[in-house]
Amino acid sequence: MTQRPSLWSQIYKSVFRHRFDDTPRNRLLQITSNVFLHLHPATIRRHGLRLRYTWGMGGLSFLMFLVTVVTGVILMFYYRPTAAHAYIDMKNLQHEIPFGMIQRNMHRWGAHAMVILVWFHMLRVFLSGSYKPPREFNWGVGVVLLTLTMLLSFTGYLLPWDQLARWAITVGTNMAAATPFVGHQGPGAGLTGVTERNDLRALLLGGPQVGDPAILRFYVLHCIFLPIIAAVLMIVHFWRVRKDGGISGPAHAEAASRPGRAPPRSHGFAPKGGG
Amino acid sequence: MTDSQNRHHLWGRRDVLTAIGWTAVVGSLLAGTSAFGRLLFRRAPVEPPTLFRAGRLADYAPGTVSDRFLKTWRVFIVHEKDSLYAIFGKCTHLGCTPRWYSRESKFKCPCHGSGFDTAGVNFEGPAPKPLERARIWLDDTGELWVDVGQRYERDRWSQPGAALRLPKERA
Repeated sequence: MTQRPSLWSQIYKSVFRHRFDDTPRNRLLQITSNVFLHLHPATIRRHGLRLRYTWGMGGLSFLMFLVTVVTGVILMFYYRPTAAHAYIDMKNLQHEIPFGMIQRNMHRWGAHAMVILVWFHMLRVFLSGSYKPPREFNWGVGVVLLTLTMLLSFTGYLLPWDQLARWAITVGTNMAAATPFVGHQGPGAGLTGVTERNDLRALLLGGPQVGDPAILRFYVLHCIFLPIIAAVLMIVHFWRVRKDGGISGPAHAEAASRPGRAPPRSHGFAPKGGG
Repeated sequence: MTDSQNRHHLWGRRDVLTAIGWTAVVGSLLAGTSAFGRLLFRRAPVEPPTLFRAGRLADYAPGTVSDRFLKTWRVFIVHEKDSLYAIFGKCTHLGCTPRWYSRESKFKCPCHGSGFDTAGVNFEGPAPKPLERARIWLDDTGELWVDVGQRYERDRWSQPGAALRLPKERA
């Protein structure tokens, strides 16, 4: 007579499809059967353990993104994006709201760190030649992500609504007015017929100068628009790291860790039925 | 689709339906995107008022620069020997508001260090042009008016609204 499974084991088995005995198979399943962990490879190459090859700069950039997302959402509980409220809300977060200071400062410093780390990540990828085939496309995705990081930083700059914020965004958006063809002070403005009211600067500010409409626009871009695009591209970026042969290493190490296997295809498509 | 069908019809049923489908998808995406682009420019842009009363001539001592309307209207009132004009406080480099330093007799922009003399002419820093002047005039009751919506670059400073010519005996 077979024993009926207990309710507990029925629940357990509905969540986890494998046991946790320390066997190679279970270790692999712990990673591959978990939606959050399957970002990681089930196995890594020996050179992947060499911290000093990549300094983990891409992963740290992502960590800073997560820090700013979490702290940013917390700040949104008190911050109102209007000229009348923005500055005082920011000050209240610092001095009146319990743990508000550390949230704001983690958001601020995390953002600074993310910008710096993304640049260093790019520098490392360049210096180690990791942009070369088969990773050219992922370099392109990374360049877009770098730009999005800059834009996230720029849009967040206005939100404290202090003197630095107002004049930095005044300067930045006036520079946008000098963009060729789409800025009213830029070269080719006559050709496209853009004016002060319908050029790139007006699009960013939503008015003649930095004011209420600009705060709202920057707020929406900062909290919704740019993070979603960045998150989608991060998914592509991380997925491509895996598809392009995993974390990059020195050429000899990469070749040695794939005995008898051709390097991942960089040109053309897989034949039908092939991987 | 078989070869015989291909020979008789340039466009098969499946090709037509595929083309219609993709046209609908791409078309609606384009329509939505361009509608959103238009939505970001409102029909009636909200612009602040530009016209204000700036007091009387006697309020401005000769040879002085007043910043009493700087916070409210972004304007300096300059009273020179034989003229009175309103300088619009927007740096011609990237749009910050310069400050007046009476000891050095110059306007100085805090953002990138552009300097302008009492007439608003740039002489140091990255500013490429002199500061603009706002239209200024005197009404029948002797009250000064300034309209920051009407501005004069240097090539139009000789026009009537760019400055108030003062009779010599006043100065």
